[in-house]
Amino acid sequence: MPEDLKHIADDYRWGFRDEVEPELALKGLTPETVRKISEAKGEPAWMTEFRLKALEAFFKMPMPKWGPDLSALEQKLDDFYYYVKPPSRGPAESWEEVPEEIKKTYERLGIPEAERKVLAGVGAQYDSEVVYHKIKEELEKKGVVFVSIEEGLKEYEELFKKYFAKIVPPTDNKFAALNSAVWSGGSFVYVPPGVEVEVPLQAYFRVNTAGFGQFERTLIIVDEGAKVHYIEGCTAPLYTTEALHTGVIEIYVHKNAHSRYTTIQNWPTNMYNLVTQRAIVEEGGYHMWLDGNLGSKVTMKYPSSILKGRGARSEVLSIAFAKTGQHLDTGAKLIHLAEDTSGQIVSKSISKGEGRSSYRGLVKVSKNANRARANVECDALLIDPESKTDTYPYMEINNETAQIGHEATVSRLADDQIFYLQTRGLPEDEAAALIVRGFIEPVAKELPLEFAVELNRLIELEMEGSVG
Amino acid sequence: MTNRLEIQDLWVSHDGQMILKGVTLTLPLGEVHALMGPNGAGKSTLGKVIAGDPTYQVEKGRILLDGEEITDLSPDERARKGLFLAFQYPVEVPGVQVANFLRLALKERLGQEPPITEFYARLKEAIELLDWDEAVLSRYLNEGFSGGEKKKNEILQLMVLRPRYAILDETDSGLDIDALKVVARGVNSMRGPAFSALVITHYQRLLNYIVPDVVHVMMNGRVVKTGGPELALELEKRGYDWLKEEVAGA
Ligand SMILES: Nc1ncnc2c1ncn2[C@@H]1O[C@H](COP(=O)(O)OP(=O)(O)OP(=O)(O)O)[C@@H](O)[C@H]1O
Ligand SMILES: [Mg+2]
Repeated sequence: MPEDLKHIADDYRWGFRDEVEPELALKGLTPETVRKISEAKGEPAWMTEFRLKALEAFFKMPMPKWGPDLSALEQKLDDFYYYVKPPSRGPAESWEEVPEEIKKTYERLGIPEAERKVLAGVGAQYDSEVVYHKIKEELEKKGVVFVSIEEGLKEYEELFKKYFAKIVPPTDNKFAALNSAVWSGGSFVYVPPGVEVEVPLQAYFRVNTAGFGQFERTLIIVDEGAKVHYIEGCTAPLYTTEALHTGVIEIYVHKNAHSRYTTIQNWPTNMYNLVTQRAIVEEGGYHMWLDGNLGSKVTMKYPSSILKGRGARSEVLSIAFAKTGQHLDTGAKLIHLAEDTSGQIVSKSISKGEGRSSYRGLVKVSKNANRARANVECDALLIDPESKTDTYPYMEINNETAQIGHEATVSRLADDQIFYLQTRGLPEDEAAALIVRGFIEPVAKELPLEFAVELNRLIELEMEGSVG
Repeated sequence: MTNRLEIQDLWVSHDGQMILKGVTLTLPLGEVHALMGPNGAGKSTLGKVIAGDPTYQVEKGRILLDGEEITDLSPDERARKGLFLAFQYPVEVPGVQVANFLRLALKERLGQEPPITEFYARLKEAIELLDWDEAVLSRYLNEGFSGGEKKKNEILQLMVLRPRYAILDETDSGLDIDALKVVARGVNSMRGPAFSALVITHYQRLLNYIVPDVVHVMMNGRVVKTGGPELALELEKRGYDWLKEEVAGA
């Protein structure tokens, strides 16, 4: 194993290090790397072509000229591992087949208790390879596809090709291009017409190699009148060097379909987290993005919903928590392309120490989108006097009948609230954490119970030693 | 017997301004005292300082709880020792459900997670006695509460947490006559040898329902007179001027 692959610090609170030697590790951003990734995965020629074109696009496109400072990242792009293949025998069919080290990892992440019950519906990802995968039998019977993105390409090529990169083309932005060139891991989900998936589909994955970026790619297709809730959680260990996560999530919500995508991510504080998430919603369809962002050095993430069909609806609910040394630039986009479409954005951000959180959002209403309605609410909570927040709400309204609301608040952790809670016996730290939890409650209450509990725990950890 | 709350020659300032100028007051466990006095006398300040409000600076004097000095303890440490302050202006904490909050607070009060049955028994008893709807338990703490509801919520907390020493700061103001009776019923239900209250009020009206053992009058940062329940009646009749003269003459 190369030296620089061994340097994984294990002092991170979730930290652990697995003594698992990768079979293949590809460093540096070149056509050669891209070709080898494609080859290692045994992909059809069109995908190899697609990747190589995306890489070209990546080199041509400029870095974003707005938002957080990415200059340090630009210097480092050649130092990352773009593909790491762990020594597994491919997707495991049952829990018993999962290698012992990886089970231990899950245990240390606290996953088994919370997730074993639902593991039947889980595609868990170890580095860039799916090592554990099983489809719940009822899902299979209903014709629901829930597999790794690699398997999706292999087994459902027609369907895959019809949607892949159609919602987020490689040229969408520089990091979507990067992901398109080197993507690895992620989920492929197809829910047939009229099928309602009752249990949330959950995917756990982790990043485990120093200097290795995670480039997951997820494609979800919810066919007419179908219903699904997909959940992605991520807790990654600490790296000694800066790391990169660049994901692309594409969701197609067909007529009258109903879908939710929930993610709670807690990245190490030297991670660049640059993700493109977009959904297209057809007539009468509904999509919710629920997005929790903790940790990272820089996060840029603006889940978008394109309301394409008449009466399509979407909600984007998000939470961001920025501490000293972190800049979380998050927000949402609602693009109203049809009549009677409606959208709601609720963004809750917390800045602590010298942390900075920015809301950046866009509401766009096209000319023909009569009676479109959108409401934006972004609330910032500042824990310390030196904490920072800013708001960039963009509006492009091209229809006079549109009803657009926007409300932004900035509040500070109030001494009188802390004192009040303390007089009831709560220690200062806990009082502060409770106020923060209350602040995010309008979003957190939409989370499934075990995730709400997990989020509360993370918030408490983030708030430790914050006052006094 | 040291079971009492004692304030000894307490001097307190805020922003360089002396607000309390040598308050001395003893509240033995098992008794209910009323604290009266004109606006700005320092009653709320005294209540908040006893509870440990860090906004105020204690310049001199001591606060003792059951013989133990608590002057330098944090508000939560005091609360865990059985002290409670019902605020004149209860604070709103958005997004925090009343029931959730009470469970956390009771856990601190008891030093351990309360058995769920015990917790609900306390909630139910308090809600019924206060003539309230259980729906309030899932509302967010004081958010959007009417003035009267906020006051009632303070008594709900009092009843669930069962402190040994409670300071009630104008819990009666803003209450209609029915709510006043209900609040008094709540406080009276707590009365007994293991509970004391310092009831800050401007009105005899409340003291008709919560009959105090002792009445103190504060003026200009000091306790200037202490007497029986009849003192409150006299103030109701005559106002504060005669007392002011008496103090000035002394
Ligand atoms: N936080 C504060 N900042 C500035 N001044 C204060 C503060 N707290 C108290 N004071 C001042 O101290 C004095 C006493 O105030 P306090 O609220 O204790 O009076 P009170 O007896 O409770 O009056 P009331 O009957 O009107 O409630 C007042 O002059 C008040 O303005
Ligand atoms: Mg007062």
